[in-house]
Amino acid sequence: MSYTIEGQTGPWELVIGLEVHAQVTSQAKLFSGAATAFGAAPNSQVSFVDAGFPGMLPVINRECVAQAVRTGLGLNAQVNPWSRFDRKNYFYADLPQGYQISQFAHPIVGTGVVTVELSDGSVKEIGITRLHLEQDAGKSIHDQHPTKSYIDLNRSGVALMEIVSEPDMRSPEEAGAYLTKLRQILRYLGTCDGNMEEGSLRADVNVSVRKSGEAFRTRCEVKNVNSIRFVMQAVEAEARRQIEVWESGGTVEQETRLFDTVRGETRSMRSKEDAHDYRYFPDPDLPPLVIDPAWIEELRAGLPELPDARRARYVNEFGLSAYDASVLVAEKETAAFYEEVAAGRDPKVAANWVMGDFFAMLNRLGKGIEDSPVSARHLGALLDLIADRTLSGKMAKEVLEAMGETGKPPGTIVEERGLRQVTDTGAIEAAVDAILAANPDKVAQYREKPTLFGWFVGQVMKAMKGQGNPALVNEVLKAKLDA
Amino acid sequence: MSLDLKTVRRVASLARLHLEEGEDARLQAELNGILGWIEQLQAVDVSGVEPLAGAGGTAMPMRDDVVADGGRAEAVLANAPDRAGEFFSVPKVVE
Amino acid sequence: MHPTDFTIRGALEALGEGIVTSEALTAAHLEAIEALNPRLNAFVTVTAERAMEAARASDRRRANGVARPLDGVPLAIKDLFCTEGTRTTAASRILGDFVPPYESTVTANLLRDGAVFLGKANLDEFAMGSSNATSAFGEVENPWKRGNDDGTRLVPGGSSGGSAAAVAARLAMGATATDTGGSIRQPAAFCGIAGMKPTYGRCSRWGVVAFASSLDTPGPVARTVEDCAILLGSMAGHDPRDATSADRPVPDFAAACARGVRGLRIGVPREYRLEGMPDEIEALWQQGLAWLRAEGAEIVDISLPHTKYALPTYYIVAPAEASSNLARYDGVRFGRRVEGGDLKDLYERTRAAGFGAEVKRRIMIGTYVLSAGYYDAYYVRAQRVRALIKRDFDEAFRSVDAIVTPATPSAAFAAGEKQDDPVAMYLNDVFTVTANLAGIPGLAVPAGFDRQGLPLGLQVLGRDFDEETVFAVGTAIEHAAKLTAVPQVRAFA
Repeated sequence: MSYTIEGQTGPWELVIGLEVHAQVTSQAKLFSGAATAFGAAPNSQVSFVDAGFPGMLPVINRECVAQAVRTGLGLNAQVNPWSRFDRKNYFYADLPQGYQISQFAHPIVGTGVVTVELSDGSVKEIGITRLHLEQDAGKSIHDQHPTKSYIDLNRSGVALMEIVSEPDMRSPEEAGAYLTKLRQILRYLGTCDGNMEEGSLRADVNVSVRKSGEAFRTRCEVKNVNSIRFVMQAVEAEARRQIEVWESGGTVEQETRLFDTVRGETRSMRSKEDAHDYRYFPDPDLPPLVIDPAWIEELRAGLPELPDARRARYVNEFGLSAYDASVLVAEKETAAFYEEVAAGRDPKVAANWVMGDFFAMLNRLGKGIEDSPVSARHLGALLDLIADRTLSGKMAKEVLEAMGETGKPPGTIVEERGLRQVTDTGAIEAAVDAILAANPDKVAQYREKPTLFGWFVGQVMKAMKGQGNPALVNEVLKAKLDA
Repeated sequence: MSLDLKTVRRVASLARLHLEEGEDARLQAELNGILGWIEQLQAVDVSGVEPLAGAGGTAMPMRDDVVADGGRAEAVLANAPDRAGEFFSVPKVVE
Repeated sequence: MHPTDFTIRGALEALGEGIVTSEALTAAHLEAIEALNPRLNAFVTVTAERAMEAARASDRRRANGVARPLDGVPLAIKDLFCTEGTRTTAASRILGDFVPPYESTVTANLLRDGAVFLGKANLDEFAMGSSNATSAFGEVENPWKRGNDDGTRLVPGGSSGGSAAAVAARLAMGATATDTGGSIRQPAAFCGIAGMKPTYGRCSRWGVVAFASSLDTPGPVARTVEDCAILLGSMAGHDPRDATSADRPVPDFAAACARGVRGLRIGVPREYRLEGMPDEIEALWQQGLAWLRAEGAEIVDISLPHTKYALPTYYIVAPAEASSNLARYDGVRFGRRVEGGDLKDLYERTRAAGFGAEVKRRIMIGTYVLSAGYYDAYYVRAQRVRALIKRDFDEAFRSVDAIVTPATPSAAFAAGEKQDDPVAMYLNDVFTVTANLAGIPGLAVPAGFDRQGLPLGLQVLGRDFDEETVFAVGTAIEHAAKLTAVPQVRAFA
């Protein structure tokens, strides 16, 4: 059953397309040698090119081109060996040249596809229309002075990839899943850090609604949404607004809107009195961007394993469930951590520990995997101690907790606390014998009521201060009770 | 194609040129004179001809991804007609 | 002989032989500027102190035996080239007192080779004009006078009018200039000097205030073809900061001047024979061809069928690019600002007050031809015609080595003439604009005089990056012409 919103006139379908602006990971800007780092002092990362000074000329950064090609390949898209930069002309305080250098007519990357997994387990392919390179604008700061806006050009000229999807999404969930997946791919590729708080990834959301079976109706564009959750909320809010407009006999006007995250609604942008006419034309300062096919192949060969391939490998080679594999590949840091833990060990056990006790510990400590006090190497060592029967599972949980608190390796904690599992059958037999001898009544009851077995296990383990190997304790008890 | 006054004003607005009283009419006459003369290009048979954007090279040279510029806010700001500390300053923009 | 009468070649020899010092040469030029610039208005900024310091430094280098190729030669710099620490105006009010924190590549190359900069030369505002009348710093006077009427002020041509007038009047030995539709060659022809527009990409545009990026070409003006070759040798070269700069070695242009023309095939395009063109220009053209034939060149009739469409094409392409290039002059980061109620008002008032009438006209044309609904009909069509014009030259250069045409359709005209009708003014560039659209090199060389004694020039066009043949042909014309007349207004006259 497809997603619809119920209006007064019945159900409405949603049609959603996303234009994602992803900041290219690079040291220097797209057309200048100024730095791209976040959070620098105002105008300290500005060249005269970025500030639009007279006579200054752009020269393209090879790495930004490489990153766009890598991204195109990662999106299963066609990389165009010939593309071109155009000027998009408009005046704005944070646009120093009076135009943005972008790729309008001939983008570097053409059509591609992204596969997303939905919560019901189904998968859906979302078409990529194009990817092009362009310059970011500077930043206007409006809250520092009552009558003035301040301009910081540090971002001016930073390379962006604009990734345009087909209007293939039909629900807020699909929009969220697409953006999540796109972000994941970019982060795996290392072509964008995906940091939405710092604005490295922002989405313009195109939404329209229609009755089942209809052609597309007019769409509106909700600009600059900066979290996946807000994208999903904006889709729904905008769709509900449009449904209300249509159902009250009105007409949805094609326009640009903003999402008010506090009120959870979209509103029209004021600056529409000046109809846009960007007067695109080829930038005469820049010859065409011609990419050698050999270079594309070189970049393809250097691509890392992407989430889909990695998830498939976890399922096929490691025997993980599809769900576990998805959780582990969601963030490339998690996947890398998991693979280090799993290396040379049982991958399923490793997955259970990473996703179970380890994640729970991080949650408890309020930490991410990047600043985890327990390294993958240490967690692996802990699994080794279970495998060689030094620790029982229960003891290992205790050790992991101590590792989280102290950052020490498991071996040290085992030594310090004397936490060594007893696997000596003689010692276990002695403990079992002592318990049986002290509790003849329970032994008698056991004949009638075998569920008492658990009580005996508990007594033995208690007597052995929890260090008895549970399997051996079970085995010895069983043998003696059933004798 | 000939320009009407409304178009002259719209183009001036796009180009961010304030027009004085009567300037629109003067520009209209001048621009129509120039555009009328340019009109002769419509007579050229350009079928099958690829547009030539520039006389420069056929492929874009690229530079290495190295931070080699910036770190001189003072020089960037030195010519500004109005500045506030390390910022350029303009009349408040309402978004 | 006065020090201001040296050619660059002559001055370099005299400096090398110790006959003269750069200090003396520079001082003489500064003295001439002081005397004549109030009248000619060829310079908008004179950097006398810096020039004298540079001259003395040059003399020290020479004394130490480390003289550079252009060491001590005093030059004028068109005020479109950004010069570090020296106000750069593009002859526009909008740049105000903009002082660039950087040096253009071309001027940096000249400084590297030891040149001395006397100051910044006047020009049409943002290099848009053919008479130097659009400068915010006032008109420049052509140092030549009509023989029968020395009261009439003549224009020096444009946009490099200040550069050409300064060199003709011997206020500078040579000058940098730029050519977008004829802005080197037309003023050179009007002022009776040589001017070279090299191949697009030969000289870097980095640090040159942009007019129309796909056409703008820096180049030299000087009193001889060889001097132009010497200057170009220093100005040219690959610049990684300009993506349209050609990555190829700079030949010895000066050596190429002496090659001669024996065996060269010289094309004469029939489309350059304009209706109503003065017969003296036709006669001069025939004379030039006769000289070349006498020197062993073969004269060949050729056709460049799309010539008549070059000017209208130019008046779409150049304003379109200019409308975008000049968007950065908005009163925010540099230059003049006129306050307004809001940001849009500030932009509109700043730009209305900062730009002159011709610049505004071209911004309007350019904005219009790029705007929605007109882009294909105007801009894209113009690009296709541009391709045809380039194709015409490609075809022609299969059968000829160079093309010779008149440089301008008339001699210098009087100030105030042709001001009312923009299109009449644009027709000045009818012979020169084709080279910009095609990107090929073009040289204006003085070849004779009209009946009133005003200089007339011929134009030599060559293949892409074959400036050497162009210089050889130009030198042959120059030598055959044996011109000796000098402008009435000149240093120490």
